[in-house]
Amino acid sequence: MTAPTAADEPPPALRLPRRRGVELSLLVGALLVAGYGYAEVGLARSGALPRDALRHGAGLALLALLAHLAVRRRAPYADPLLLPIAVLLNGLGLVLIHRLDLETPHTRAASAQLLWSTIGVGLFIAVVVAVRDHRVLQRYAYLCAATALALMVAPVLFPAVNGARIWIRLGGLSFQPAEFAKILFALFFAAYLAANRNALAYTGRRVWRLQLPTGRVLGPIAAIWLLSVGVLVLERDLGTSLLFFGLFVVMLYVATGRTGWIAVGLLLAAVGAAAVGSFEPHVHGRVEDWLHPFASIEAGQGPGQLAQSLFAFAAGGMFGTGLGSGHSVLIGFAAKSDFILATAGEELGLAGLTAVFLLYALLIARGYRTGLALTDPFGRLLAVGLASILALQVFVIAGGVTGLIPLTGMAMPFLAQGGSSVVTNWIIVALLIRVSDRARAPLPAVAAGAPVPVRTESR
Amino acid sequence: MTRCIRRAAALALLLLAALLVNAARVQVFQADALNANSANRRTLLARYEQPRGDILVDGDAVTGSRDSGQALRYERTYTEGPLYAPVTGYASQVYGASLVEGAEDPVLSGTSPLLAPLWGGLTRKRQPGGDAVTTIRAGVQRAAFDGLAGRRGAVAAVEPSTGRVLALVSSPSYDPGRLSGTGRAVKDAWSALNADPRQPMLNRAIRQTYPPGSTFKIVTAAAALDAGAVTDADAPTTAPDPYVLPGTSTALPNEASGCANASLAYAVVVSCNSVMAHLGVKVGLAGMLEAVGRFGFNDPRLRIPSAVAKSNFDTRMGPDQLALSSIGQFDTTATPLQMAMVAAAVANGGELRRPYLVERSTDRRGTTVAQPDHHDYGQAMSPATAVRLQQLMVDVVEKGTGTNAAIPGVRVGGKTGTAQNGVGNRGLPYAWFISWAQAPDAGQPAVAVAVVVEDAEANRADISGGGDAAPLAKAVMEAALKG
Repeated sequence: MTAPTAADEPPPALRLPRRRGVELSLLVGALLVAGYGYAEVGLARSGALPRDALRHGAGLALLALLAHLAVRRRAPYADPLLLPIAVLLNGLGLVLIHRLDLETPHTRAASAQLLWSTIGVGLFIAVVVAVRDHRVLQRYAYLCAATALALMVAPVLFPAVNGARIWIRLGGLSFQPAEFAKILFALFFAAYLAANRNALAYTGRRVWRLQLPTGRVLGPIAAIWLLSVGVLVLERDLGTSLLFFGLFVVMLYVATGRTGWIAVGLLLAAVGAAAVGSFEPHVHGRVEDWLHPFASIEAGQGPGQLAQSLFAFAAGGMFGTGLGSGHSVLIGFAAKSDFILATAGEELGLAGLTAVFLLYALLIARGYRTGLALTDPFGRLLAVGLASILALQVFVIAGGVTGLIPLTGMAMPFLAQGGSSVVTNWIIVALLIRVSDRARAPLPAVAAGAPVPVRTESR
Repeated sequence: MTRCIRRAAALALLLLAALLVNAARVQVFQADALNANSANRRTLLARYEQPRGDILVDGDAVTGSRDSGQALRYERTYTEGPLYAPVTGYASQVYGASLVEGAEDPVLSGTSPLLAPLWGGLTRKRQPGGDAVTTIRAGVQRAAFDGLAGRRGAVAAVEPSTGRVLALVSSPSYDPGRLSGTGRAVKDAWSALNADPRQPMLNRAIRQTYPPGSTFKIVTAAAALDAGAVTDADAPTTAPDPYVLPGTSTALPNEASGCANASLAYAVVVSCNSVMAHLGVKVGLAGMLEAVGRFGFNDPRLRIPSAVAKSNFDTRMGPDQLALSSIGQFDTTATPLQMAMVAAAVANGGELRRPYLVERSTDRRGTTVAQPDHHDYGQAMSPATAVRLQQLMVDVVEKGTGTNAAIPGVRVGGKTGTAQNGVGNRGLPYAWFISWAQAPDAGQPAVAVAVVVEDAEANRADISGGGDAAPLAKAVMEAALKG
């Protein structure tokens, strides 16, 4: 799709298709889907269109339009799929949260989510506009690492919520700093690994298939990573520590090309999971719940959250009950956050759930694709890292609520209620837009009249 | 690095495949088991998500639905709860549904496949609840209910030519609306109603059996005529007065006079114990069992569509016990509905129609979706016997013990009964009256009625079928004859 078009006109500038029109029409489609979903909820619940349908629809449309204009102006070559998918997922999340709001009077989580989405899109625009070239970010690697560590340690000073010490509460506002930290870590890992990948891959002693780098090279990154995972374990944020671990291993593997890192990573993950799972009571409970989701029913205490979630998915079946017609509110307090996917599964069915998974898959695939298309190691690692964050997060949370793996409290990107989550995911998409613009933009050499370059990739 | 990125992407693809396979496992392959889990409240929620269909009497709904705003959204309401409780039963979110509410639940709650058009199974859209049209006639029901006036007892009225149940009253009654919802009040009402010694939730018309007393003599008379134990109803029998129970020294007394060697006709009209006991023994146990079976006794599967308690006539008895059983004592018991069936069989020329309470079920728009197959119960007696018994029952009303049931200008047949009750007859007796009525210009009898009054407050001497039950039966028949 990035094949150069025949240049009939004398100016040698190679006109790659920018596809901004495609992006705009896909955005309109995404908005229509979200708007239709919103209307559907209203019709199913009260037989009438929701009163604030116009306001919410217009709000989302305005955000999408502003984001699109920012991309059109400052990242004209960016991948045209990224923004529409983000808007569609965000819109679908608003519909699902609004739908669950109706079950619990006096809560207006959807409006709060729309507000956070506005902030998220604002930051998206800020990133797209302010960061002209992603390589600039490479300079701030250590600042990123320091900020991330500080962010992660901060919640220790605040009280635990639902067994996890991962929140910072200031006045009425609360946010999960680990959400922001993951972007900063991806930036730091990408920058550090890009600078030291040769040293990591080729120096040091060789043990079996693993080239052990010298401590001087591996040391700083391993220390920062260990510190962060340690803090997360202390904060009982198992999901995020799993995410950081996976991110670290994948980026190390991609940077060095050493399969051994994957093996070591899996081994360490298994040992760590077994140790934490058996010794840490909070995590141990989650594992037990995963192995025996119906134990509490047999004990006469009624279904637990995971059992309720499985009931919701089962009730959806192939085609779902229809938006607004399910009962996933039975899941309880985390229905709008950790378990939002159960509502999608119940009301949209396996068909709808598959569509949601494929949306994520498409978003992640475009991230990896951007990584393949770039030429600078930092950009490649950054794209891979950001895509991997999304992939791991979707897998861990979706696998958790559908009973595939033990449950860990994390937020489904864009879909789940949660301010920090929505904001971070918009920043992730902004960074992907930024790197994809670089990946797809014509090379400066073309403008200089040089022979049409082959898009080379270092192997 | 490119190869590694591809592999990382492949890993992500693998994770996606795992998610999809697992989602299909939960949503398709395990769905039925998860949906059927008793801890899954969805079935319950779906059931009460829409208003329940109504139960109709004379075309009017006697039920309704109320949006409670709770999780189990719609609760049942009743326009005249106590009056129709023996018909509708209750539909409770805690205690389930009974009687017509229970029997017609699939239609009323909208789950019946009958309600769904062909594509209903595909769309999985829940159908609105349909209605159950009963055979009850409001005027007849009201007359019976007012007639009992809170006294303990029951009334069952059927249309002899069809088996349609026109009235089903049990007293004292209760308001089933008190049991509709889920809250504390419902649980309290349930305990209170169950603990009430007057047993308001007992449906005495179909679920309680009583010794039928002398009303059972109609059955014995039919058996004697059909079996040939009596060939001429007006000819004297050889029954002595008093009649000594066979194999014992116990003498069976008569309340009436002139019973010695009296004819069957005289015995029915004045209610001679001796003659009927004698005839029952003459017919024999096998013959009596065959006869009572044709009327519906000993049938545990009778449904209208709610289950009707089995009316009993013992299958293994000595001659003395058979003698007592033949006059409706000993272990012989009958539901009021059973005795209404006896009167109906006589009125309908011996042909007994199977009683039924639900005429048809319809969808929300009133289109019939199911019309239960109403058929014969069988020939309870020969037509000739029926004609003979009709005349005897008319004589009871015109010049016997049942004159209180007479309606001027209307052909009314009846039979009184006063059943002894309790060990050694220490309990208060039950007053019975069974009857039927035919308007002068009508080809068919309009109604057959059975009334039982078990009034514990009354003076023992005042309790008699003719005194207590017959006027009530008369009121019910008059209501039935009206249009």
